[in-house]
Amino acid sequence: MGMTITEKILAAHSGHDTVRPGELINAKLDIVMCHDVTTPPAISMLKNLDMDRVFAPDRIVVIPDHFVPNKDIQSAELAKRLREWVRLHGIKNYYEVGVNGVCHAVLPEDGWVLPGRTVVCGDSHTCTHGALGAFSTGIGSTDLAAAIYSGELWFRVPETMKIVLKGTLGKGVYSKDVILDIIRRIGVDGALYMAMEFTGPVVDNLSVEARFTMTNMVIEAGAKSGIINPDSKTIEYVRERTGEKFTVYTSDPDARYAETIEIDCSGLEPMVAFPHLPSNGRPAKDAGDVAVDQVYIGSCTNGRIEDLRIAAGILKGRKISDSLRCIVVPASTKIWRQAMKEGLFDIFSSAHCVVSAPTCGACLGGYMGILADGEKCLSTTNRNFVGRMGSPRSEVYLGSPATAAATAIAGRITDPREFL
Amino acid sequence: MKGNAHVYKRDHINTDEIIPARYLVTDSESELALHAMEDIDQAFVKKVKRGDVIVAGHDFGCGSSREHAIWAIRGAGVSCVIADSFARIFYRNAINNGFPVVECRGITESVSDGDELDIHLREGILKNLTTGESLRFIPLPDFAFGIADAGGLLQSIKK
Repeated sequence: MGMTITEKILAAHSGHDTVRPGELINAKLDIVMCHDVTTPPAISMLKNLDMDRVFAPDRIVVIPDHFVPNKDIQSAELAKRLREWVRLHGIKNYYEVGVNGVCHAVLPEDGWVLPGRTVVCGDSHTCTHGALGAFSTGIGSTDLAAAIYSGELWFRVPETMKIVLKGTLGKGVYSKDVILDIIRRIGVDGALYMAMEFTGPVVDNLSVEARFTMTNMVIEAGAKSGIINPDSKTIEYVRERTGEKFTVYTSDPDARYAETIEIDCSGLEPMVAFPHLPSNGRPAKDAGDVAVDQVYIGSCTNGRIEDLRIAAGILKGRKISDSLRCIVVPASTKIWRQAMKEGLFDIFSSAHCVVSAPTCGACLGGYMGILADGEKCLSTTNRNFVGRMGSPRSEVYLGSPATAAATAIAGRITDPREFL
Repeated sequence: MKGNAHVYKRDHINTDEIIPARYLVTDSESELALHAMEDIDQAFVKKVKRGDVIVAGHDFGCGSSREHAIWAIRGAGVSCVIADSFARIFYRNAINNGFPVVECRGITESVSDGDELDIHLREGILKNLTTGESLRFIPLPDFAFGIADAGGLLQSIKK
């Protein structure tokens, strides 16, 4: 019996020849990523237990992103604790404001994620990095503290759900629409505790950037991790960013899957997930008359350069509706600079969008884009729970950058194909 | 352990509801406790008593990895959560904190708000002292009790 890519990576990192779903193992970690919300508590735990050490300063990457530049005194204190800890332990891989960005954008961009690696972070969207053929998963602060201290963590080997995506994507349809459709089909706990492995011609044809959008959202189906077998695009993406060696693992043809789902994406339309679950997807053209107060383009889901180009392509030469505001947040400093060089900021600003520095900010109701009572937002983020972006009486609708741009122009939820 | 039930029949009660992100600027358990369950039930903090139990449907704790969700409800006095099923990271955070969580299918059908529950974690038996009904559940693995007995994951790995 063969193994899946996930089983192979976990076996290799736990000193086993084979592992099977359900087994409890202790796996060595290649990269431990830390941000400003879940890491300060982990640091305090280690200090309080007289365990204040780091397993390997060069394997810990610290990227404050949620509340920086700080929005208030309390968040400034969190960031300060993070900075002091970084200095104390000589952690060089620290991304201060000015070079930072949303951690899940920065990590692969700077060559920290390689095929076959294990990556953890105290953030549920750490599953993003599986797009490069790594095992990556989100953890809490206690796990993070254990990871920082020991460089290893316990895992229950997940079962794998294989999702075969066939056909081709139509014009105006993107990987965000594909993942929203998958979550609509299987539900927000449809892959509970599992690894979601994406394969098939649609995945082959996606850019690496577009693949990140899909693995980013597997947590919205309850999954432990998302993963894509590395191909030549993956290797090229990684090679442009690092000279480090890595091992490519791929799933065996006779690997055992808990479930296999085949979807023909050829007829798929631009999707919008209605409040208050990511599984409430329906075609944008069937959204009805939903006027929104805000459009948000950014986040670890859809704040990459390709996303900004898509949005700018629709906004170019047009103006957003005067009934709403549109916030554009490049996900990292590198993306921000690239967008600036390409003239995208001019397009956004001419269309009356506001462009911010990289931050997780509004995606989680943090700052810079908070919704008031009764307001609606069409957002390219990943989660539309009650109160996610502000007031518990506000509403978040999820869509692709193209749908977001079209909605910004029309003032109401709009199928982007109307502007292509 | 004994406690009175606060029943939420809904599935997918998420971490944003258990402790909204606007309060994540602190990791103080006592401060977080003031806002526990705020976006699903504003009255929760006022009515919860030490030792009480949260009872809910499927996929409790989905969403964010924030362990603040555990700290907030524990700080508010909750001794245990019983649900049809749990989201993965919440479940894991609970084990790492030695905070009891019980997966018991159909629980919201057997327990009403205010019922007194007697939970035997290791034996996998849940008695509803108000109705007299007994339910069985699969206890946490020994591995999880090992972490709890050590006082949490960090204490268990401390060398």
